Amino acid sequence: MLDTQPEGYVTADGRKIGGVLMEMKNITLRFGGVVAIKDISFDIREGEIRAIIGPNGAGKSSMLNVISGFYHPQEGEVWYKGERRPRMRPYEVARQGIARTFQNIALFEGMSVLDNIMTGRLNHMSAGFFKQALWWGPAAKEEAENREKVEKIIDFLEIQHIRKTPVRRLPYGLKKRVELARALSAEPSILLLDEPMAGMNVEEKEDMSRFILDVNDEFGSTIVLIEHDMGVVMDLSDRVVVMDYGKKIGDGSPGEVRNNEEVIKAYLGVSHD
Amino acid sequence: MPDTMLFAMEAALNGLTAGVMYALVALGFVLIFKASGIFNFSQGVMALFAALTLVGLQSGQVPFAHLINAIFGTRIHYFGWTLPTLVAIAGTVAVMVAFAWLVERYIFRHLVNQEPIILFMATIGLAYFLEGLGDVMWGAEVKRLDVGIPQGMSGTVDDLTFAWFGYGFYMDTLELWAALIAGVLVLSLILFSQYTKQGRALRAVADDHQAALSVGISLRFIWVLVWSMAGIVALVAGMMWGAKSGVQFSLSLIALKALPVLILGGFTSIPGAIVGGLIIGVGERLFDFFLGPIIGGATENWFAYMLALVFLLFRPQGLFGEKIIERV
Ligand SMILES: Nc1ncnc2c1ncn2[C@@H]1O[C@H](COP(=O)(O)OP(=O)(O)OP(=O)(O)O)[C@@H](O)[C@H]1O
Ligand SMILES: [Mg+2]
Repeated sequence: MLDTQPEGYVTADGRKIGGVLMEMKNITLRFGGVVAIKDISFDIREGEIRAIIGPNGAGKSSMLNVISGFYHPQEGEVWYKGERRPRMRPYEVARQGIARTFQNIALFEGMSVLDNIMTGRLNHMSAGFFKQALWWGPAAKEEAENREKVEKIIDFLEIQHIRKTPVRRLPYGLKKRVELARALSAEPSILLLDEPMAGMNVEEKEDMSRFILDVNDEFGSTIVLIEHDMGVVMDLSDRVVVMDYGKKIGDGSPGEVRNNEEVIKAYLGVSHD
Repeated sequence: MPDTMLFAMEAALNGLTAGVMYALVALGFVLIFKASGIFNFSQGVMALFAALTLVGLQSGQVPFAHLINAIFGTRIHYFGWTLPTLVAIAGTVAVMVAFAWLVERYIFRHLVNQEPIILFMATIGLAYFLEGLGDVMWGAEVKRLDVGIPQGMSGTVDDLTFAWFGYGFYMDTLELWAALIAGVLVLSLILFSQYTKQGRALRAVADDHQAALSVGISLRFIWVLVWSMAGIVALVAGMMWGAKSGVQFSLSLIALKALPVLILGGFTSIPGAIVGGLIIGVGERLFDFFLGPIIGGATENWFAYMLALVFLLFRPQGLFGEKIIERV
């Protein structure tokens, strides 16, 4: 099997997948009596698209929240770039190069699309307050450089026409795309996407799938993706973790997962939504 | 030009200088409210405390002198030196920043995700605590504050207006300076929030906490930042009002004047605070000028509140505030 190679491998379509970038070890997360995640382990390789699937309430978002530091598991360890990560606040995790989107979209509604995406660059701005106040030149130069990067992403995701529009006025599908742009503008090592295609029509879904593939291809981003739609997952991802009631019931390539008895029983066989 | 027009203009100009100060105090509220949803009841007491600290540092007062003397039987009150105004101001700014840090560290950090009413109650507690702390630290007697700006009629304004209109306007030098300094501070706050990294982070936090965290903004840092800014605003307000009428408890009541400004301008709008402040400043002087004699004077005591009441009836979100539409 290709994905057991420690140094990485090349996929059938010629993309390079590297070694392990992040590893979740025996994660358990409880909310009072509810066990949202039960002793789950899996890893994420550099450059891959890693999907997490499962029925409603399976614990997918909780897992993403653990990775991004919004939730703190009672048990287990998170290893990132070969080191055990201590308990961190969400903003510290973000500063380590882990960007995310939210299942229910969290944008700055009052700001323009451009300003929203610029906030993704905040951690790339060195100029502190005093330096900016006293030393206008370099700060302005830095702003221009960041702006250039952001414009590239705007072009890439085809949202030039709404650059100056306040996010509040955008339809749902475009908001999802702006949120992806903001996460992307941080040039993250890992991009976490919580149901980027939820609530979209077929055409929008196809667009978003293409963007995700292009992002992975063009920027070499490692992507962790939560998705309900089995078809989409099969098309997009290199490896899939399947969760059900907080437990991991499958882990492997889309083909392997699709043929896994337990997965068929728990996930594919029963209807959800 | 008819005399009434000139007198009205004079009143309006004086109202404008007062209005800038109202705007500044209101801005202190807006900053904290936008970033954290906290209505900071202690803003007025912060102004008093800042002014007390400024006088104390300037005159070389020993902090907690009464307490120390009571415990140790000593009789110390002053260090015996005085500080230049600018140094004392810098020292007070440092104290207000430290205060902001302490408030975040020991109060609001423990109240994250609480209801707004709980946070509001916490600031009421903070107000009383700070009032007491000010008393214990610097003494409760009325103090004179001299920041080196002369008081009384401004000769320049008098001469200028006399040359133009043949009638010299009366404007207080101290109030002119206060308006100028407040104006500069308001302007720099706007520039800061629009054009700096921290300013952008501040606006992000004001808009959405989750999203702000996800792009790597520390909410704690932003909270300390807004409380520091509110502390500096309080210092300027306390300094100017204190220089005019002495540093005493009534100084903390200037915050009450900010309430109608906020209702007019909207609690979340920086331009709203500025325009609201100016409207109330000018409005109350003009109202008093034209209608004061008819309805018996002293209208300045209630005009702002009446205007706010009218606004509450017809435009409760204020001039610039976001319209609140309940989603159902
Ligand atoms: N902040 C929280 N407080 C309490 N319980 C929570 C919290 N977040 C998640 N849960 C619980 O954890 C379990 C897993 O929820 P989670 O949102 O992770 O599921 P999910 O797989 O993302 O579902 P969906 O497909 O509906 O988004 C659920 O029972 C949920 O109620
Ligand atoms: Mg979810």
